[in-house]
Amino acid sequence: MSVLTEIQSSMPAPDSSSKIPVTVLTGYLGAGKTTLLNRILSEPHGKKFAVIVNEFGEIGIDNDLVVNADEEVFEMNNGCICCTVRGDLVRIIDGLMRRKGKFDAIIVETTGLADPAPVAQTFFMDEAVGARTKLDAVVTVADAKWLADRLKDAPEAKNQIAFADVILINKTDLVTAEELGELEARIRGLNPYARLHRTQRAKIDINEVLGRNAFDLDRILDIEPSFLDSDDHHHDHDHDHHHDHDHEHGHHHHHHGNGLKHYHDEEMQSVSIKTDKPLNPDKFFPWIQDLVAKDGPSILRCKGILSFKDDPERFVFQGVHMILDGDHQRPWRADEKRDSRIVFIGRNLPEDRIRQGFESCIA
Amino acid sequence: MSDTPAPIPSLADRARRVNAGAPVVGVHFLGKTAVFVLGEEDLLFVAEAERRVHVHAGAVLASASDGTRIITGGDDGEVGETGVDGEHRVIATDDKKRWIDNVALGPDGAIAWSSGKTAHVRTKKGELRTFEAASTVAGLCFLPKGFRLAIAHYNGATLWFPNAAGAQPERLEWKGSHLGVTVSPDGKFLITSMQEPTLHGWRLVDAKHMRMSGYSARVRSLSWSADGEFLATSGSEQLILWPFDGKDGPMGRQPTILARAESRVVVVACHPRQPVVAAGYADGAVRLVRVEDDALILAREGDGQPVSALGWDETGQALAFGTESGDAGVLAL
Repeated sequence: MSVLTEIQSSMPAPDSSSKIPVTVLTGYLGAGKTTLLNRILSEPHGKKFAVIVNEFGEIGIDNDLVVNADEEVFEMNNGCICCTVRGDLVRIIDGLMRRKGKFDAIIVETTGLADPAPVAQTFFMDEAVGARTKLDAVVTVADAKWLADRLKDAPEAKNQIAFADVILINKTDLVTAEELGELEARIRGLNPYARLHRTQRAKIDINEVLGRNAFDLDRILDIEPSFLDSDDHHHDHDHDHHHDHDHEHGHHHHHHGNGLKHYHDEEMQSVSIKTDKPLNPDKFFPWIQDLVAKDGPSILRCKGILSFKDDPERFVFQGVHMILDGDHQRPWRADEKRDSRIVFIGRNLPEDRIRQGFESCIA
Repeated sequence: MSDTPAPIPSLADRARRVNAGAPVVGVHFLGKTAVFVLGEEDLLFVAEAERRVHVHAGAVLASASDGTRIITGGDDGEVGETGVDGEHRVIATDDKKRWIDNVALGPDGAIAWSSGKTAHVRTKKGELRTFEAASTVAGLCFLPKGFRLAIAHYNGATLWFPNAAGAQPERLEWKGSHLGVTVSPDGKFLITSMQEPTLHGWRLVDAKHMRMSGYSARVRSLSWSADGEFLATSGSEQLILWPFDGKDGPMGRQPTILARAESRVVVVACHPRQPVVAAGYADGAVRLVRVEDDALILAREGDGQPVSALGWDETGQALAFGTESGDAGVLAL
């Protein structure tokens, strides 16, 4: 498993206990990011935060340690156009770490137009940042009334939903229950894996947004779509995808017994593959490397739990665009089904090619 | 190489121990006084006695010294100057209280600093000049004659003449994020450290490029030898010295590789007079490395606390070192 483990060795050390967690708040303009931020800061949790906000923020932030960021996205000089980092974060985190002990966690609020990927990639690409901090989760705040429109006209909004680990559908008081159901289905069409919460004035238990460990390899326990519980359509599929293939693209939807509709985005989708047959690591690693090398720009995120032939340990990995991070996690338990699962969220994903490629890695 | 290298001679026991009580982010000598720049708020003066001088209401982000004073930049938006007497005064305050990320001192007493995309210079006559870079200023360095200021930024570096209002800044282009900058003592070469583990250089006469790569980590520390013949660099599990003794600099040449270790070199400081380099490692060791024959002397035992600052006094008779954990020291030679 040369290539991936090489990448892993160049990554920050897996010991993450002493690292400062970083939560990224995204969301289109006016969705309620700053409201959520101020709510997090004002809760009586006894925690101290360093807050990195974009310089165009209009609402005041009530916190001691607030740093303005310029959102400078820099390309890495490695010939990969999607390997971008936030140069300002590299600099700001370096400066903030001089005040270690003055805060327990960092919250980064991005502008409404920001792409979350460079923010996330900064934690994997910059050694000094990765050695001292860890990305906890990308939390996206969505405006219940306007998100559906933004998904049509603002690619940034779609990106933020697709990339998220946690999504708050905010301002639910402004829409009907029916509209809300539609919107949730639409979000699920883009990102079946995020935790979804309905909120008003961004009111939420902060444990739902902080301390998620969404990028922690040890926590890639459940990569089942979050909505499976409410949707028996998927329970009996082994090779489950979150949508069928015979549809004409468009806002075509399926009605299920429980009334949940499924939306399909023409552009952004997820691909989920599962097999109970062990994989050959000598085939899998070259395949995934090659896949992200070629299709990295269209893959926003990927995750997997893998069972290799004659390997007693589970292998877990995650990726953002072309960056992969993976490691052996722990021995498979005796009572555990040794299934391999892999999911991709991205844009115009070559689904058939991904499936065939993955299946060719079966030992 | 043998598995068990012979122990190297050690002077570590002779160092005066200093408990800085905070991460050390820089060290400078003002005469015989070692001044440790702490991560937050203070400078720690260590002479016969120890004395703390409050310089910023928050993190100290940058420092520079010419041996008579220390210029600091803080996250309180202030640029300060502290003399050998410990008197501190504020030189400038950013109007939006933005971080002062970089400071530099010119040979003629000019002071430069930056906040965000703006570089400022206060000339020796006290005039203020500003320059707006296309992206955030990541590094500042005066050229040896002091007429020009080198500014590192995204996609290259700019040479700016703060005193010549009409003069067009000279732009040196190279794709990528340039985070630090230094100019050779003869003024012929400009070197930047990049976001990637590599250095980029330009020969200023013709803007010819040079790339210095092979590092295992980002290069965060650069130091010119007293004679300007080599540039010592951190970023590898050995001390890397690039040759600048000819008109082509390191173009087409290999670096000298010394002081190989298990741990990575994180800070370097060349002796002010002799071809000796102090190298600080991520495992806490400080080694004095003689360039001629790679002879080593241990100045601090490795104890797992990464070295974060090294500085020689003007005569080269004392070396001060600091660590991320605040354990510091001064070694008289």
